[in-house]
Amino acid sequence: MPGRSLLEKIWDQHVIARLSEDTDLLHIDRHLLHDLGGSRGLLDLKSRGLKVHNPELTFATPDHALSTAPGRAGTSKIGQELLAALRVETAASGITLFDVDQPGQGIVHVIGPELGLSLPGATIVCGDSHTCTHGGLGALAFGIGSSELTHVLATQALIQRRPKTLRARFEGKLPLGVTAKDMILALIGQIGAAGGTGYAVEYAGSAIRALPIEGRLTICNLSIELGAKMGMVAPDEKTFEFLRGRPYAPQGEMWDRAVKAWRELPSDPDAVFDREVVIDVEKIIPQVTWGISPEHVVGVDGVIPDPKAIDDPARRAAVETALEYMGLQGGAPIAGTPVDWVFIGSCTNSRLSDLRAAAEVARGRKVAAGVRAWVVPGSENVKREAVAEGLDKIFIDAGFEWREPGCSMCLAANGEVVAPGQRSVSTSNRNFVGRQGPRARTHLASPASAAASAIAGAIADVRMMGR
Amino acid sequence: MPKPFDKLTATAAPIMRSNIDTDVIIRIERLVGNSIRGTLGKWAFGSLRYLPDGSENPDFILNREPYREAEILVTGPNFGCGSSREGAVWSLQERGIRAVIGSGFGDIFFANCFQNGILPVIVDKAVVDQLAADIEATQGAGKVSIDLEAQTIVSPSGARHSFEMDPRRRDGLLKGLDEVALTLQRDDEIHAFQASDRTARPWIHSTRISA
Repeated sequence: MPGRSLLEKIWDQHVIARLSEDTDLLHIDRHLLHDLGGSRGLLDLKSRGLKVHNPELTFATPDHALSTAPGRAGTSKIGQELLAALRVETAASGITLFDVDQPGQGIVHVIGPELGLSLPGATIVCGDSHTCTHGGLGALAFGIGSSELTHVLATQALIQRRPKTLRARFEGKLPLGVTAKDMILALIGQIGAAGGTGYAVEYAGSAIRALPIEGRLTICNLSIELGAKMGMVAPDEKTFEFLRGRPYAPQGEMWDRAVKAWRELPSDPDAVFDREVVIDVEKIIPQVTWGISPEHVVGVDGVIPDPKAIDDPARRAAVETALEYMGLQGGAPIAGTPVDWVFIGSCTNSRLSDLRAAAEVARGRKVAAGVRAWVVPGSENVKREAVAEGLDKIFIDAGFEWREPGCSMCLAANGEVVAPGQRSVSTSNRNFVGRQGPRARTHLASPASAAASAIAGAIADVRMMGR
Repeated sequence: MPKPFDKLTATAAPIMRSNIDTDVIIRIERLVGNSIRGTLGKWAFGSLRYLPDGSENPDFILNREPYREAEILVTGPNFGCGSSREGAVWSLQERGIRAVIGSGFGDIFFANCFQNGILPVIVDKAVVDQLAADIEATQGAGKVSIDLEAQTIVSPSGARHSFEMDPRRRDGLLKGLDEVALTLQRDDEIHAFQASDRTARPWIHSTRISA
């Protein structure tokens, strides 16, 4: 019998009942709720006459619909109603809520790891596709829809088909100026936005081992942009050090027991994967997207694809559609494209290390005239730590706007939008049509690249702005 | 509880662009609120269906006869990728769509379809392309038939194609099963699992902090 993978080990540990050859009823260890779908799910449950099965395994925070303006000024009426409903319904069900202005509030995928709610070997779900982020700690984490959300509230379990497994091995030493965000965008560019569909992805290799935990969270965050709803990294000493002492992480003797169990989780050396991909990270340069899917990505020193040079008619048409939407010329260099907006934030890149990387580029420089640049920390705790380090001051001095934590302009659910036709460099995860507002044009990049673009007033190669 | 699905013969509209994500199917601002069900049909594919001034885009297929009445979508690769928003499925359903046929779908969208009695059918890309060509050859007048029990699709040209389907999911759609009710029948097993897991992994279950 071959060895087992990280996925198989976690999966097998959570099977309550085998429902068919490939489908199981799985126990869910952590359920995270946010303001957009949380109260709706709790109300749905109530309307069926059901109760929350395990409120102590369920945690809530507002992130999607509240304003990130200082003082939360400008939260829409409906955003306020959703927040009020989340407060009422979580209190009635005995669910812990990390409320506005309290340590613990923030983007669900930032606070889970930060509070030690997300643990290696745990199953974690949330009504949000970027739940795969938590896989960076060695958890089996994935996004679910509204119906599955109600199912988890009612049963603390979920019916799931066992996915195929894909191992993506990043090998080599990461070049200067290249980040976790560039690594995962390069992989999406290589195997496509559907390359991971139907798979759980395990990220492995020397470059993953060398990454700090926050970088691994960024890598796993973009699994869904690869088509995979689950992405994970085997836990190691870095994982344990990251979690030690966090509020909800186990303590004392229980910590030792947990670490002992977590050490058993990494894939066995003879584990077999359905698909394997190897990426040489030494060839990766800072990445930036040019189109309307994360697979539309090039190195920042590259050129925008020219439809005239593409033979396949379907692919040519797809590139033409993307370029028309983006207002770009095929064959032109991507660097130097003028930008109107820069957004540094989102569950992809709003952690302390992301803000430090952006601040390092911004320090002592000025945002170009005509560019609006926002920094939206991922959580109240990230905000406070950043302020304690003086990062807010560096950004403000450079002409960036420093905001309150939330999802903000990543998906524009709170009304914070890029205006029609305007161009944004964003550290978020989706450059979809209208994602940052109707007809907004989005280029995905790393925090350092985004900060460099804000200073340059155009898409810029951060390696040319060395310190 | 989802409506059962067994057979359907209906107008089908090919929407063949790759990577149509759930943001394109339904914009986020339509989903902010707790009373959105029943309001979403007119916003399905909003950015493709309407021009910036709010008028219908005559070039978009669902704005043209006979595709306006389509109950089946024939889709390009990776349809429904991206956000987990179930509102994408609700908006299609409220627009009258009952089945989607493509070479692959976003994993979460695919799962959400079953929760709402929408049939997602996966067939080879060559079959999808042939179906789209057959439909266009009749200018949409030729209907597509789907038989879930038999797991077959019949194209307007009469060509018959079979498709694979997880037997559990097929059964759920045919009967319109409510998964929550089914799982609650196993509540004893859930409690037994938790009791034993509390001993094996106590750190998962004791989540109240004193700090």
